Amino acid sequence: MAEIDIDKRFDIHEIAKNKKADLDRFQCTIYCCHSTGCKSSGSDDIISLLQDAVEEYDLKDKVRIVAAGCMGLCAQGPLMRVEIKGQKDVLYKRLEPLVARLIIAEHVVPALKLEEGETFELPEFLQQHVLSLDLPFFTKQEKVVLKLAGHMDPEDIQEYMAHGGYLALEKVLKTMTPAQVVDEIKRSGLRGRGGGGFSTGMKWELAAKVPTVDEKFIICNGDEGDPGAYMDRSILEANPHAVIEGMMIAAYAIGATEGWFYIRAEYPLAVERLEKAIKACKKNRLLGNNIMGTDFCFNIDIRLGAGAFVCGEETALIHSIEGKRGTPRPRPPYPTDKGLWGKPSCVNNVETLGNVASIILKGADWFASFGTETSKGTKVFALTGQVEHSGLIEVPMGTTINEIVNEIGGGVPNGKKLKAVQTGGPSGGVIPLEYMDLPVCYEELKKVGSIMGSGGMIVIDDTQDMVSLANFYLDFTVDESCGKCAPCRIGGKQMLLLLEKINKGKGTKEDIDELRKIAHAMQKASLCGLGQTAPNPVLSTLKFYENEYLAKVEKNEKK
Amino acid sequence: MALHEIQSVKGYVPWEDAVDIANGMGIPLARIYEVLTFYNFFKLDAPGKAVISVCTGTACYLKGNDKVLEEFKKELGIGEGESTPDRMFHLQVVRCVGCCGLAPVCVVNGKTYGRVSPNDVRNILDEWRAKLADDKE
Repeated sequence: MAEIDIDKRFDIHEIAKNKKADLDRFQCTIYCCHSTGCKSSGSDDIISLLQDAVEEYDLKDKVRIVAAGCMGLCAQGPLMRVEIKGQKDVLYKRLEPLVARLIIAEHVVPALKLEEGETFELPEFLQQHVLSLDLPFFTKQEKVVLKLAGHMDPEDIQEYMAHGGYLALEKVLKTMTPAQVVDEIKRSGLRGRGGGGFSTGMKWELAAKVPTVDEKFIICNGDEGDPGAYMDRSILEANPHAVIEGMMIAAYAIGATEGWFYIRAEYPLAVERLEKAIKACKKNRLLGNNIMGTDFCFNIDIRLGAGAFVCGEETALIHSIEGKRGTPRPRPPYPTDKGLWGKPSCVNNVETLGNVASIILKGADWFASFGTETSKGTKVFALTGQVEHSGLIEVPMGTTINEIVNEIGGGVPNGKKLKAVQTGGPSGGVIPLEYMDLPVCYEELKKVGSIMGSGGMIVIDDTQDMVSLANFYLDFTVDESCGKCAPCRIGGKQMLLLLEKINKGKGTKEDIDELRKIAHAMQKASLCGLGQTAPNPVLSTLKFYENEYLAKVEKNEKK
Repeated sequence: MALHEIQSVKGYVPWEDAVDIANGMGIPLARIYEVLTFYNFFKLDAPGKAVISVCTGTACYLKGNDKVLEEFKKELGIGEGESTPDRMFHLQVVRCVGCCGLAPVCVVNGKTYGRVSPNDVRNILDEWRAKLADDKE
């Protein structure tokens, strides 16, 4: 009857099989990075040019051009990866329209004509645009969340299925109880990737325990306000379906009825891809009632942020979704008890949800095999600042900062020397040179006065003045303070005035003591994470670079 | 969401529209004003035809975007958050546009310029002056 018909059309195995066969037809696939970074370096033009060239050489049945997600090395963009069956993949950097045309004419066309056993040398003028895939930047990474980033068309749900997409959802819905899902995530050791580092499994357990009276929500926090970080944006742009699948699995585990994505309005491309992905899910009956023929019913909506750093805090984020000012409130009650519109809600970060499907498919033990004793899995970092290979990377927890900066990142350019690394954005601290062997994990970073944060990692060279840097961060948090509680509103401002005074060469030693005093008061008395962590950049620069503060002060006192 | 819509279509949220929303949805105007002024995304005044956003995220800061901002200010004769008298340009600073690999970055009406140096400022302005003049015709 009609029912069987419907089943077949929406059977993910069937779709995946057909798509795979369809993809297999092509002898050559060209992935051109089409995320915000490369797009602004001109990848739009390059893609349309490639398409024209393919048409011109009559290669339409052999070559597939894909507008893919982020490949990581944003500073060298636009990037493009040419994959020809039976040949080594070639990655091109800093593409220009003319070069892209030549790649089709001088690389793809001759390479496709090769007989078996024949080899082929790239012409020299193309060689200079080749980025070696043997660079530590690529070989030293371990990709879980970003596995498919840059290797598929993020706007094609079928392609995601061809890569095993939504199989984890099927496994969960058809073979696991919600409690088993929670248990699996708990065993994997996955912790919140937004910075807090709370055990995801525990959070789900808490949320699952609260009975679903009429509604329960799962919220994905994509309000990546930390300046210098763009992990969540890249994940959403490169593989929105993985995050959606993670959210659906979470919803099943905790008994949520509806999901919300809260994304920054400053990320139009991520929002657009997510909207398309949700639409495709609805069309394929992966959202709505009785998903995959089970009792599970679920829907997803998107809410846009509007540029307020504090909205990354979960209670503020919930207020913002409700259409109010994004101000935090004291916890408890935690959102798992009383969240969006007073209903139980579970807030998870984009990257956290991006890990879920892989854990379900490959098992908790597989995931736990990466990382350290307490921090499992991998972490995505936006490696920026004064570093040779600036871009998006994913490494196992426990990788040392030295490996990240000097090997993967290729060190500090222009003959300058490394001075420090900053993690955790405006809530984090600096890690000086003597701690470069520190493994990256939640606890170790905390020990030296910084935090893991959401994944911003900023490399600072020896020309940077640390007092100005602290000033820069504090200026940001003071501006972004919502003003609800006095310690943050007044304390932040006073600290900023003192810092500015010191920076102008008018400070005294007493001002430094005063800075410390206010900082400690803010840490203890502020309402939310923003205020509690706002003094971190000042305190950590004071801890490691007090001499720079003193130098400025003494210069003044000598006058 | 209605406010997002107005902001993206008009480039700002005019006072009259805020009043309309208040009346239409039965929400006190003060609540709407409260939301509008809280978030950076909403603007209350009409911007210039070309909105220049200079990124002041950490990566851009480290790579000297303050000098680029200064150059824009000097060239246009206006400060942050101001528009030129002819309403051609509006200059603002933004937190992070998420293109840190290309730092320092500035964005003009959605077009992103990476690895900008103070010397590029005049070219960018000229490009947009020409573009805006074309649009007029």
